[in-house]
Amino acid sequence: MKRKTLKAVLTATTLTATASWADDVTLTIESWRNDDLTLWQDKIIPAFEAKHPGIRVKFTPSAPPEYNAVLNSKLDAGSAGDLITCRPFDASLALFQAGHLADLGDLDAMSNFSDVAKSAWQTDDGSSSFCVPMASVIHGFIYNADAFAELGIEVPKTEADFFAALEKISEDGSYIPMAMGTNDQWEAATMGYNNIGPNYWKGENGRRALIAGEQKLTDEAWTAPYATLAKWSPYLGDGYEAQTYPDSQNLFTLGRAAIYPAGSWEISGFNTLADFKMGAFKPPVQNAGDTCYISDHTDIGIGMNASTDNPEAAKAFLTWVASPEFAAIFGNALPGFFPLSKEPVELEDPLAKEFVSWRGECESTIRSTYQILSRGTPNLENETWGASVAAIKGTASPEELGTKLQDGLASWYAPQQN
Amino acid sequence: MNKARSNPLNTYAMHGALILYTLIALFPVFVILINSFKSRKAIFREPLALPDAESFSMIGYQTVMKQGDFFLYFQNSLIVTVASLALVLLFGAMAAYALSEYRFRGNTLMGLYLALGIMIPIRIGTVAILEMMVASGLVNTLWALILVYTAQGLPLAVFILSEFMKQVSDDLKNAGRIDGLSEYTIFFRLVLPLVRPAMATVAVFNMIPIWNDLWFPLILAPAEETKTLTLGSQVFIGQFVTDWNAVLSALSMAILPVLILYVIFSRQLIRGITSGAVK
Amino acid sequence: MSRPLQTGKAIHANDVSAFAQDINEASRLETGKSVQKHASRRRPRLHIAVFLAPAVLIYTAVMIFPLANTLRLALYSRIDQERVFTGLANFQTLFFDPIWSEQFWNALGNNFWFFLVHMLVQNPIGIALAAILSHPRLRFAALYRSAIFIPTILSFVIVGFAWKLILSPIWGIAPSMLDAVGLKSLFAPWLGKEEYALTTLALISVWQFIGIPMMLIYAALLSIPEEILEAGEVDGITGMGAFWKIKLPLILPSIGIISILTFVGNFNAFDLIYASQGALAGPDFSTDILGTFMYRTFFGFQLQLGDPHMGSAIAGAMFAIILLGVCIYLFGVQTRMRRYQL
Repeated sequence: MKRKTLKAVLTATTLTATASWADDVTLTIESWRNDDLTLWQDKIIPAFEAKHPGIRVKFTPSAPPEYNAVLNSKLDAGSAGDLITCRPFDASLALFQAGHLADLGDLDAMSNFSDVAKSAWQTDDGSSSFCVPMASVIHGFIYNADAFAELGIEVPKTEADFFAALEKISEDGSYIPMAMGTNDQWEAATMGYNNIGPNYWKGENGRRALIAGEQKLTDEAWTAPYATLAKWSPYLGDGYEAQTYPDSQNLFTLGRAAIYPAGSWEISGFNTLADFKMGAFKPPVQNAGDTCYISDHTDIGIGMNASTDNPEAAKAFLTWVASPEFAAIFGNALPGFFPLSKEPVELEDPLAKEFVSWRGECESTIRSTYQILSRGTPNLENETWGASVAAIKGTASPEELGTKLQDGLASWYAPQQN
Repeated sequence: MNKARSNPLNTYAMHGALILYTLIALFPVFVILINSFKSRKAIFREPLALPDAESFSMIGYQTVMKQGDFFLYFQNSLIVTVASLALVLLFGAMAAYALSEYRFRGNTLMGLYLALGIMIPIRIGTVAILEMMVASGLVNTLWALILVYTAQGLPLAVFILSEFMKQVSDDLKNAGRIDGLSEYTIFFRLVLPLVRPAMATVAVFNMIPIWNDLWFPLILAPAEETKTLTLGSQVFIGQFVTDWNAVLSALSMAILPVLILYVIFSRQLIRGITSGAVK
Repeated sequence: MSRPLQTGKAIHANDVSAFAQDINEASRLETGKSVQKHASRRRPRLHIAVFLAPAVLIYTAVMIFPLANTLRLALYSRIDQERVFTGLANFQTLFFDPIWSEQFWNALGNNFWFFLVHMLVQNPIGIALAAILSHPRLRFAALYRSAIFIPTILSFVIVGFAWKLILSPIWGIAPSMLDAVGLKSLFAPWLGKEEYALTTLALISVWQFIGIPMMLIYAALLSIPEEILEAGEVDGITGMGAFWKIKLPLILPSIGIISILTFVGNFNAFDLIYASQGALAGPDFSTDILGTFMYRTFFGFQLQLGDPHMGSAIAGAMFAIILLGVCIYLFGVQTRMRRYQL
């Protein structure tokens, strides 16, 4: 329907240009995903353009660390693209509140997503949605299956298994037990704390209780993961303090490390880089048989610039992004970024399948610091980076870290102030 | 001539010191260059090894060539850099001359005003600059970049050049005045040639941040037709996976043009000094 | 003889009148005054405006106006989606709220150390290199000069990558090189240790930018006339003596310039640390300097939203610090410096 109206509008306004009307609408997508440039150019855009002959799409990613700053400047000055790739939670919420992102309430295709999927791009009361959910990422551990076989190690299920396995690899000495560094800080928080943490704070229960002010960061559930992280340090490589994120990726994919604390986003990169067999296991639980919790984090969405000149074309694109066709292309071209639509997508990559299978076995949650809690100063997410590094290095005790984070949070977040 | 100045021992010591420092300066560059010709595995397996038959790989250069029109990017970078430098040098020298040569009310104040720009990073004015460029339709043109870089370079140019211009002999300028030359002629014909070394220095100073800037190209001129080399190279720096082969190759290639510019300017500098037409 | 007077000391009245005839007609009409007397002081001044205009116009429009527009935000805050004038409240927060002031003083202290390393390492080595290079009969001088300058033209991405690769405890360049000379025990993951990271980065920055003082001093040294040095030789001042007694006093103004440029550059620096340590300037903010602190606050980072108001307040504080330094230089140092017209 929409497409027809669009065509009618287009032909009406471009009566003179008879043959070339198909080129008349060009949509530009703002994104931080430099990584996906070829995927968009070779697969996604051609698939969309084949079905929407009136619309051309340009994917123009910018350097990931600069993305937020660049996008905000462009939006403020009015030179941003028609479609905006959305960071989850507050970064996008702020854009919506500033009137830069359009309300997608009237986009029928939004019904293809569950409330959980939409929650990362909604106002706090859930009344307005402003981005179409594209994908989530799941945390866990990727391991070198050849190394495990060689050393006779079983895939760990409990924390005791996990540390026993690390100890065994360490004793053998031919592999660095675990590839992670603290130089860039965020891995310690994202692949460390928020990877193993949900098992301690019981996923959504704990996360919501924290937001409601019913739990505190000084509680055992929130400090215990730091105590566990502290036990990681002997198993990280020599000089892990100066090991950067790319260093860790290279260590693992070159076959020098046995285990890699991961996010599922690594899968596509690792597939091309590693020449050994890989497997994945979910964050180990304390006791066998415990309910497991995983971080299945809504990570990327796409919305419409409220001041776009081509709202109809942009909506047509968003509707298509919400369709199973897009989900299938995206999910399979980028294994490890899991589509969020209700209709399950058949994935082909074995590693991605392993990750996504945990959705059926465990309770899903998102990273604890992302919703609401990182709104003030000090910023809880940034503080968590520092705290996770300090825990691993052993420069502060878990209790000290808990107190520091709690004091910081309570200094501005009302529900935590009693 | 003098003994100390031609003492062979001294000469060896001087060469020794220079060679030592040259090695320090070039070692990391050498690391980058050799690794840009290696496969990713070889880079990290043995970062110091020279590329050999097994590890040699042009994959980085191939990726770079495939991903964009790097010759166009080169050209854009070159146009922006050279045009901005020309404007900075011309306008900067003129303003510096006015400040150092003439006494007028507000001279010091004007000097300070023109120096303010080196004290605040221009990036924080980004939104206002972008709004201005949007309003004037200069977004996605090289002019937007040239204007910003010119404005950004002027304070430093005025600052350095006025210091050097104070050293130009008054007798010479007055002789020019006696000969009936206009102030413009005195500036262009007598003073400018004398401060050529300083101009070359200012050029070198300004060239580097302009050439390497990622921020303003990203914001003011991100279109394919106006991409600069640095902006073109950043597509290989991903959120999670960075294609180091491509980054190393693209940036290795980016070294060459600046190096040539540098050699040109530094030769200018030497010639200006040694030919010493009027001293 | 501090600042030499610009008046033509020896100009004869006749010459002045001859000169006056040549003066731009327009300017004469404008001032409508006789220009016969005090020629160089009371000449029509249109040319001054012409000399200044292009620079002042572009600079004001593209730099001062946007910057002023932004710095103004320091006096406002965003309260419930509204921009409200709050006077100096942001500065009060910055200096007296422990959450902010701790970061600010930490960054300021780090910044002074960063600057000190540059002053103590970069500038002396730069001057020494320039002194050697300016030796009249040195062979391959151009080659050395270009080679030593190469790091300066590299982008921060490459510098960060190269040094992280070299210093990495994992890929083994620095450890194995130290091992080769029997000093393996000295190796530490410098960039990851709170106590070394900042100094290491400062030294990397020195490595990168040493070409700049070298170039400036080199230019200054070359422009010392041979006659002066020869006159010194006649008096028996040669070699090192010539450097300390003749050349150094002559290049003092240039040393002043490089000092103030180093100061300004260091207090505005941010790229290298941003590129190699990330926006949070780890480990544990030990490499945070004013530039990184300001950018992180102004433009936001990860889940931290950009705060142009506090960011501008920090930028304002940085501006005040740099302005103070520049004023000390301009009025305290530059005006007292002996300057020789060559």
